[in-house]
Amino acid sequence: MRKFLIALGIVLALALPGLAQDAGDAPQAEATQSEATGLRAVLQDYAKQIAKPSRRTIGPVIEAVAGSGEGASRFLQAWSDKRVGLRESDGAFFIVKKSGSEYELSDPVTGKPAGTAPKSDIKEVKPNSGVRAEIGVALVRFLLSDPDPKKRREALTAIDRNGEASHLEPLRASIPDEPDPAIKAQKQRLERLLTIRFGKGAAERVAAIDSFGADLGLDFRATLNPLVATTRKLFEGAPEGNVAETLKPGRDIPEDEAYAMLVSANMAPARISASEMQQALAAHVENGQVGGLPLAAMADPVKREEAYATLAAAGEVPTRLTDAEAEKLVADHQFADIYAEPDPEVTTAAEAALTRVSRTVAGMQTVDLGLDALSLASIYFLAAIGLAITFGVMGVINMAHGEFITMGAYTGYVVQLFVPDYTLSILIALPLAFAITFGAGVAMERLVIRYLYKRPLETLLATFGISIALQQLFKNIFGTQARPLTSPPWLEGAWTLNDVVSISYIRIAIFVLALVFLALYLWVMRKTRLGLEVRAVTQNPSMAASMGINPDRINMLAFGFGSGIAGIAGVAIGLFAKVTSEMGQDYIVQSFMTVVVGGVGSIFGTLAGATLIGVLQKGIEWLNPSNTLAAQTYMILFIIIFIQFRPRGIIALKGRAAGD
Amino acid sequence: MKSGFLAKNPSVLWFLLLLAVFTLGVTFLSHAYGPGAISTSMVKTLGKTLCLCLIAIAMDLVWGYTGILSLGHFAFFGLGGYMIGMWLMYERTRDIVLKSAGEFPMTPQEVNDAIGTQIFGVVGGSDLPAIWTFAGNLPMQLLFVVLVPGLLALIFGWLAFRSRVTGVYLSILTQAMTLALSLYLFQNESGLRGNNGLSGLQNIPGVSAGQDHLSIWFLWASALALGLGYIAASLIVSGKFGSVIRGIRDDEARVRFLGYSVEGYKLFVFTLTAVIAAIAGALYYPQAGIINPGEMAPIASIYLAVWVAIGGRGRLYGAVMGAAFVFIVSSWFTGGRVPDLPLGFYTIDWVDWWQVLLGLAFVLVTLFAPKGLSGLIDLFEGIRRPNRHGAPLGPDKGSFREEEAQE
Repeated sequence: MRKFLIALGIVLALALPGLAQDAGDAPQAEATQSEATGLRAVLQDYAKQIAKPSRRTIGPVIEAVAGSGEGASRFLQAWSDKRVGLRESDGAFFIVKKSGSEYELSDPVTGKPAGTAPKSDIKEVKPNSGVRAEIGVALVRFLLSDPDPKKRREALTAIDRNGEASHLEPLRASIPDEPDPAIKAQKQRLERLLTIRFGKGAAERVAAIDSFGADLGLDFRATLNPLVATTRKLFEGAPEGNVAETLKPGRDIPEDEAYAMLVSANMAPARISASEMQQALAAHVENGQVGGLPLAAMADPVKREEAYATLAAAGEVPTRLTDAEAEKLVADHQFADIYAEPDPEVTTAAEAALTRVSRTVAGMQTVDLGLDALSLASIYFLAAIGLAITFGVMGVINMAHGEFITMGAYTGYVVQLFVPDYTLSILIALPLAFAITFGAGVAMERLVIRYLYKRPLETLLATFGISIALQQLFKNIFGTQARPLTSPPWLEGAWTLNDVVSISYIRIAIFVLALVFLALYLWVMRKTRLGLEVRAVTQNPSMAASMGINPDRINMLAFGFGSGIAGIAGVAIGLFAKVTSEMGQDYIVQSFMTVVVGGVGSIFGTLAGATLIGVLQKGIEWLNPSNTLAAQTYMILFIIIFIQFRPRGIIALKGRAAGD
Repeated sequence: MKSGFLAKNPSVLWFLLLLAVFTLGVTFLSHAYGPGAISTSMVKTLGKTLCLCLIAIAMDLVWGYTGILSLGHFAFFGLGGYMIGMWLMYERTRDIVLKSAGEFPMTPQEVNDAIGTQIFGVVGGSDLPAIWTFAGNLPMQLLFVVLVPGLLALIFGWLAFRSRVTGVYLSILTQAMTLALSLYLFQNESGLRGNNGLSGLQNIPGVSAGQDHLSIWFLWASALALGLGYIAASLIVSGKFGSVIRGIRDDEARVRFLGYSVEGYKLFVFTLTAVIAAIAGALYYPQAGIINPGEMAPIASIYLAVWVAIGGRGRLYGAVMGAAFVFIVSSWFTGGRVPDLPLGFYTIDWVDWWQVLLGLAFVLVTLFAPKGLSGLIDLFEGIRRPNRHGAPLGPDKGSFREEEAQE
């Protein structure tokens, strides 16, 4: 008795939710019946065709669904995804989702959940692929004229990525009613691209290609490239198809490759390579003899051929085709590159367009290269401007200049450890780097260099000693691994002109910094008392001293100024290069080159030198892009030769200023 | 009235004597010919030191006597090493290839291809470049040891001296040449295995003796080369030629006005020293066992100048002293055998701090002891320079006469 009651309870508990659900569903089903307008009406009218779609008759149905207003796109999407179900109890359509043994239903018009239904009550609608394609076209049109601009953009992106011939018509149809001018332009561009690929006649496609002119867009090139793609084929007679080029073996196509094509087409036997021949011979050594010849003779390639021929004649190894036979086989066939696109008019137009584009691209690349060269030149200029003072004006050769650059970069790194805000830390680091390297420069001048003004070669060596000591000191303090110097966020990214020309903001900033320092140098040297005194002391120290100038003080300040600029250059260089203890070394020789090539003692000479070296290096890199090391080698060679013709640099000082 | 060469150059006899004693001493203390008190690796270090002394003599000739501060002589040293290294590597690889080939004879082409694959496999190549054409030919490669660096120095020197590049400009230019050469060799396309360099050079093809004996033989060869180099250098600097090149150092313009071809003298000294450097390199790298472009980086040549300056330039024995002293002390410090120096708050690890010490020592020597270590010998012999209260003897910036003047 008790058992029975429990069983009854369980049955009731299981049945009740089902009952409740039925009760909840009934009014909604009635509502569906009563207000049959829009999509709901269409679904009722075409219930049969929707449930059992066939490709031939589905056209008007899709048309009607598409034109039915709210919910149409959702329904079409679900329909093509096979997510529509027909409830057999009342013949209503729902968007269904399987969950366990039941379906979760949602209303096709409003998209709201509409309860669940047992598996047996729902019949899934499964349109075949032909029908789904039709639905897809309608869906595209739908999305393309969706009121939400975001949806329209998404649809365009999807077509751009995965265009099909069927997209062309709906796309064209959606253009006239497009309200947003930007999207309209995008649609028109996409329409032309699709026309190139799927347009009806050659004339239409060629017109579309020509309408682009020399457009630089990557999408245009991506559309054209498959059109001019070729496959290499061999023919026994004249080449067939849209021939790009007939290939003459030995000139356009290596004979080996041609023969390999014959082999892979089963039109010729595989050739026995030298190493295969060697193995075959080695396998047939008998009593120290191969094919009747002594083993020792096998070091001679001619004898090897003889031995192999003997073995082949005896039938012990496969016959080896002679070169002449192979050549004849190749000569008996024709080889050609065949376009995948069958229409020659289109391929000709596409090739012409690609030539136009690549010419423009080359022009733009020249501009880009120019920008690169300019930025490299400004880096060299920045690294060399300090030297232009210490070496160019004072004649002191400072091998530790590179270490001052490193010192500036490490100052920036240390400041960033304490000041987390990158903008602020750069603003602090720049003057701090100047101050620190200024101090280091003054200390070095006071302690070492002033005793060596009359012995320039020894200055070189003493400062080199300081350089290696400093380098090792940095290594001991900061370790050997590279330290980060992060640029502020507003310097990230690049200024992009088009798909080819772009320059990063950091490089622009360095260019500006270089200009600022050029101006600062000119102002200090030409407009201030310090500059006047520096010039006087460098030209004639004893005369300057008798005019009341303290040469010691001036030398100290000038050296500090040059070193300080090196520190600031270090911060700037550290922003894009690795900060290591050896980073200064990378710039020191180039910096000296810059000053020497430009002309010692002239800031505009240094500028010209930096420009020359920057342009030259980028130019050589462009000629041989795989190899930046070679670029530097050739650049240095060029400089050595350049010095032959202008030993005093591009801008040579004359007269008394030259100092001799 | 003419005194003999040795009478004018007492240092030559002393030097040769010391060198002989040193060489014999090492020989009879080595593993190969004695009780083995000096390890084979130490013998190699000493042999390498002798080679470095030889290049230091070359540097002293070109800088201390002629006043050309060349920062490129290590490039010639390295080139010499590469030339001999090509032969060593080629022959050794050929031995390996032939040994592994089995009994079936190979065609010359196959042998060449196999060697190419062996040598250039690391840089992704398999063909022997054209510069390896004579690699299997020892006399040719030995000739190249002299010819290649010699020609390079001749062309470079001719270009530089002809356009009257002097002083620090020349130093920078030679440094640029070294940099260009080492950057070129760093490329895999240069045909000398890029940054892998040439390796396995310590094995001499066709010699079955072990490293114990080889190291001693190389020590002898290095000592012989050093002795000959010292005599040659003394001959050059002692005669009229020596006077002219010292004149060039002290006042180039005056020597030119006296009718000497300054450029010719400079070019001769530059090329000759390049050849000496190359010979030193060709003896050095078989003892080192490996050569790569890093060895030719500009810094190596500056270190060479450091050695000569610390030893005392303008005297041949000074250069030798400097090179030997700095190289041996340097390998002692960087070898990690020096005990750390605890300062309480910080412990000085000499492997890390040695270079700081060297750099500062170098500054101090430049400032306070322009005569370097060889000044100690002056002190010992009681030679003092006149106290001129700082007034210079010569007008030229490169002038060095004050240091040489004797009371």
